[in-house]
Amino acid sequence: MLQIKLCGISLKNPTILASGILGVTKESVHRIGKSGAGAVTLKSLCHEERDGFSNPAMFGYDGVFLNAVGLPGQGIDSAIKDFGRLDNLSVPVIGSIYGYRVEQFGQVAKKMASLKPAMIEVDVSCPHMDYGKPYYADPELTAKVTGAVKANAGRIPVSIKLSPNVYDIKEIAHSAEKSGADAITAINAASGMVIDISARKPILANKIGGVTGPALKPIAVRCVYEIYETVKIPIIGTGGVTYGKDAIEMVMAGATAVGIGTGIYYRGISVFKKVCDEMMQWMKKNKVKSLNEIRGCAHK
Amino acid sequence: MPNNEIKKTDIPQVLEISDVVGEGKEQKSFFFKQSLQCRPGQFIMVWIPGLDEKPMAVSYWSRNEFAFTSKAIGKFTNALEKLKKGDKVGIRGPYGSSFSIKSNACVVGGGVGMASVSTLIDVLKNPIVINGARSKEYLIYLDRFKSKKMIVATDDGSFGRKGFVTQVLNGVLTENKKIKMVYTCGQEIMMKKVLGVCNRHNVECEASLERYMACGFGICGKCMINDKLCCVDGPIFNSKQLMSMPDFGNFAMLKSGRKVTIEEYHKIH
Repeated sequence: MLQIKLCGISLKNPTILASGILGVTKESVHRIGKSGAGAVTLKSLCHEERDGFSNPAMFGYDGVFLNAVGLPGQGIDSAIKDFGRLDNLSVPVIGSIYGYRVEQFGQVAKKMASLKPAMIEVDVSCPHMDYGKPYYADPELTAKVTGAVKANAGRIPVSIKLSPNVYDIKEIAHSAEKSGADAITAINAASGMVIDISARKPILANKIGGVTGPALKPIAVRCVYEIYETVKIPIIGTGGVTYGKDAIEMVMAGATAVGIGTGIYYRGISVFKKVCDEMMQWMKKNKVKSLNEIRGCAHK
Repeated sequence: MPNNEIKKTDIPQVLEISDVVGEGKEQKSFFFKQSLQCRPGQFIMVWIPGLDEKPMAVSYWSRNEFAFTSKAIGKFTNALEKLKKGDKVGIRGPYGSSFSIKSNACVVGGGVGMASVSTLIDVLKNPIVINGARSKEYLIYLDRFKSKKMIVATDDGSFGRKGFVTQVLNGVLTENKKIKMVYTCGQEIMMKKVLGVCNRHNVECEASLERYMACGFGICGKCMINDKLCCVDGPIFNSKQLMSMPDFGNFAMLKSGRKVTIEEYHKIH
């Protein structure tokens, strides 16, 4: 009932662990697979080892979740030793990558491709920049990064993860598709800040971070809706999906699959199974046999 | 469909330090006049605004007051040591699993590891407490637990028995066959040895583990010990869990997520 095809990959259900939450080790991938996710995205890796920012790096309240972890990671070379390969784990794995410079995106993509992930996701939201502004904020820069990754990924499909912190996400998505992207992951966190009025300081060590959780959902739904009108490639709708109804809403906006990250915070690691059960309940009640019937229906 | 889970809150609450008490060399307890729903072995996240946030075991607990005990080791704990009554820090939690409460128990604490088992000692019925440290000046809670059956040991013999807590434990378990449970917190290498002693005597063990953490509530994945999350599955693990974790006493992940030996981990974090 929930089975989908994403860029030729069969997923038992459309829920995908979003990058940045758990997904750090082989053992955590297995654990999330066992808890019902259709696929698992690894925490983003780049060409070097990074500690990330100090704490507080994340906190949540009232349906709002903030994080500024600063892209910590062991680096792609160390991860290669750790994981060995990614195509023989209990669940399809999406390898998330980034670099500081365009060439590094290509180099990391090549190394990631050697692990044989089901898909490569590209985090173009990295704050390190070659051209004065981040890669996600400019159609030409997004095209350059997409091209560099595609040239090194071989047959492995590539999804570009877009940021909502732009004037027009449609032109960025269009540019990624034109440069060969096989899918779009939308969206990354929205930029935000929380100040503790007693401490009179921003809570996050990095001061500015990304807003996720239910607060992000309307922004994500709007972005998926706009991207669906612009491109033909599939969309992994990510941002605030916590309940089955949120996943249905994403599909109605045009998503093929849904990313779940902060949802784990609210509902535990079993959130994947819970969301799937709730989706099926809704489908039965509304006599919907397959997600294809409702995909993008909000546009009609 | 359910919709109440999004009300969850994990944001630091900024509190004034109501008292600071020196416990032993480089070790201090920080008190807060605030009620906290907490079980023995759980931890809180302590935020020094503008600096960093770290997990700390709740070491004193009563209806309207709690405290944590910190040893000045790194940048964060050295900044903590300078804080005084009236200064403010952010607190969130408590987090994590707790000790089971069993009778006929022995509690083994090494150095500031005593902090994680102290609220447990408060609630246990007639426990045998083994309180060990490198040397006399590093021992904590000697007065606090003077009414308990406490065996004190120091590595250099400057106070109490000379030797390691594991040797004392071995003696206690050999003499006292009634003991059914050993609780422990201290250096992980020490706790691994404690588990070994318990296994030889066929006695159940629970240990409080420590890992680098960012969130404390099972999201960031930085504190993974094999397939377990130290923050939500732990920090208290039982014998069966400890023996199913090859990383226990051997490996830990750095802030970056790279796995290193436990010795290397302690040099950095």
